[in-house]
Amino acid sequence: MKLEQISIFLENKSGRLAEVAEILAKAGVNIRALSLADTTDFGILRLIVNDTEKAKQVLKDNGFTVGKTEVAGVEVADRPGGLAEILTVMSDNGINVEYMYAFVQKSGGNAIIIFRFDELEKAIETLRKAGIRILRGEEIYSL
Amino acid sequence: MIWNEEFETLPREALEALQLKRLKNLVERVYAAVPYYRKKMEEAGVGPNDIKNIRDLSKLPFTTKEDLRLNYPFGLFAVPFEQVVRIHASSGTTGKPTVVGYTKRDIESWAELMARTLSCGGAHKGDVVHNAYGYGLFTGGLGAHYGAERLGAAVIPISGGNSKRQIMIMQDFGSTVLMCTPSYALNLADVMKEMGVDPRTLKLRVGLFGAEPWSEKMREEIEKRLNIKAIDIFGLSEVMGPGVASECLEEKHGLHVFEDYFIPEIIDPETREPVPHGRKGELVFTTLTKEAFPVIRYRTKDISRIIAEPCSCGRTFHRIERITGRTDDMLIIRGVNVFPSQIEHVLMSIEGVEPHYLIIVDRQGSLDVMEVQVEVSEDIFSDEVKVLEKLARRIEREIKDLLGTSCKVKLVEPRTIQRSEGKAKRVIDNRKL
Repeated sequence: MKLEQISIFLENKSGRLAEVAEILAKAGVNIRALSLADTTDFGILRLIVNDTEKAKQVLKDNGFTVGKTEVAGVEVADRPGGLAEILTVMSDNGINVEYMYAFVQKSGGNAIIIFRFDELEKAIETLRKAGIRILRGEEIYSL
Repeated sequence: MIWNEEFETLPREALEALQLKRLKNLVERVYAAVPYYRKKMEEAGVGPNDIKNIRDLSKLPFTTKEDLRLNYPFGLFAVPFEQVVRIHASSGTTGKPTVVGYTKRDIESWAELMARTLSCGGAHKGDVVHNAYGYGLFTGGLGAHYGAERLGAAVIPISGGNSKRQIMIMQDFGSTVLMCTPSYALNLADVMKEMGVDPRTLKLRVGLFGAEPWSEKMREEIEKRLNIKAIDIFGLSEVMGPGVASECLEEKHGLHVFEDYFIPEIIDPETREPVPHGRKGELVFTTLTKEAFPVIRYRTKDISRIIAEPCSCGRTFHRIERITGRTDDMLIIRGVNVFPSQIEHVLMSIEGVEPHYLIIVDRQGSLDVMEVQVEVSEDIFSDEVKVLEKLARRIEREIKDLLGTSCKVKLVEPRTIQRSEGKAKRVIDNRKL
C-alpha cells in the first residue's frame, strides 16, 4: 500500500531541473508524477517514477543528493467534495498531511493524489476503514 | 594635544633604556609565575639573566594563539587570581574563546593608553564621546570608555546597533567624538541620509575608528560623509585591547605604538627572523607592563611595517603602517574576528553535516554580510522543506552563538564547493575596502 517516492535536492540555479529530466530520460525512467517545493535558496523535487531504484542510482551517480520516502497514492472521487472527505477523515484522526500533489492520470473515473503523511501506517489504516481506496505501488508505477 | 608629554616624547635612547628595564622585569615575572612560559624559555635555552640589551628580546620564544588555546582559560595569567579584576575574551580558532585578564593597575594603564589615543585624535576634556564600540566581552567598548573618562570627557556608552537612536542622541546630546568600527561609521552616514539629517548640523568633529581593516578610500568617504576627521586606531585583546597604537591627527600616516608599554617587532613569518625597519612582515608585540596577562613576542598574524622616521606631531614612538593583511585566514566581520575553523567546528558538531563549506563575505551598503554555504549530504537531506529550513536556521543560530555575529546559511548541492588539493578554499571575500 505504500508508495516509494524519490526526492532530489536542487539549488535554485537555471537548468538544474532540465538536467534531472535528461538524466532520467537517458536511463529510460518514466516520471509518473512530480511536485516541486521551492524556497528562495533551494528546491526539493519529488518524483514517483516507474523504477525507483534505477532513478535513484543514476541521479546519485550524477552527483545529486537523493532521498527515498514512503507516501500513499489515494484514489479521490472526481466530484465536488472528493478531497474534502479524505482530509476530514485525516484531521478527525489527528493525522497531518505534510504535503500532497495530484497525479496526472486517472484510475478509472477517479483522480489520484499522492499524500505525504506524518504517520503513514496510521493513515493507511484509517483510510481503509473509511472505505477509501489506496493504490498499490505496481498499479501506480504502471499506470 | 599630547596626553603624556613626558613619556610620549621621550628621546629614543631614554625610551629604550626604559623598555629594557621593563622587559627585564617582565621576563623575571613571567618566568617565576607562569610554568608554561618558563618551560618554553627553558626549551629555548634562555632565561631572565640573558636579557642584557633590548635586542636580546629576539632570543625569547614567540607566543601564538595556539599557546593561548592550550592554556584556556586562565593558564597564562601571571598573578594570583584574586588580583584579577576584569576578564575579556575574543574569538579563538575553535569553539573556545581567547581569554585575557586585567589587574587594577592594568585597567589603569589601559585607561591612560586610551586617553593618549583619544588625544591623538584631538579629543579633550569637555568633549562628548559617543562610544559605539560594543560593550561586553569585546575589549572595544569598555576600553574606549575608561579612556574617555580618564581624559575627562563625558562618555555616552551607547554601544553598537540601533542607528536611528544613535543619531537622535548625537543630535540631542551634542556628541563631538565618535568611536566605532569604520564600517559602522559609514552605516551611520547612510542612516543619517535616510533620516534627512545633515551631518553639518551635528557637533561631531572627529572619529576614532578601529577593530577592522579599512583603507584611505574609506577614510575619505567617512570624512566627507560625516563631516569629521577620521583616524585609525589599533589594538587587540591578546595585547590589551584598543590603545596599543594610534594615528595622530597631524599626519594621519602610520599608527604610533605606545612603546613605553609595548614593543613592536616585524618578523618574516616564514623564517621568523626580525626584518629591518620599513620592511613588511608579521607584527609581533611584547607587553612591558601588563600584570595579569602579559605576552612575550605575541604573533598577531597582522601584516604591517615599522615607520621609524620622526613624526611632526612630536611623539617619538615608532609608527606601524595601517594593517594591510593577515598571514592566516582570519576574517573581520563587522568588527568581530572570525576564523573559518570556528565555522568548521560548528558544522562538525551537528550530526550529519559535512565540513564542506564556503564562506562568502560581502559588503551590502556599508555593512558586512557573511554567507556560509553548506553542502546537503544524504544524511541531512529531507523531502520536507521545513526540515531543511530548520537545519539551516539551527546552523545560523549556532554560528551566531559562537561568533557573536550573524550569518546566513545557504544549503547547496553536494560537491558544488570546490575541493582543492591541500588547502581548501574556504573563503571568498568580495569586500572592496
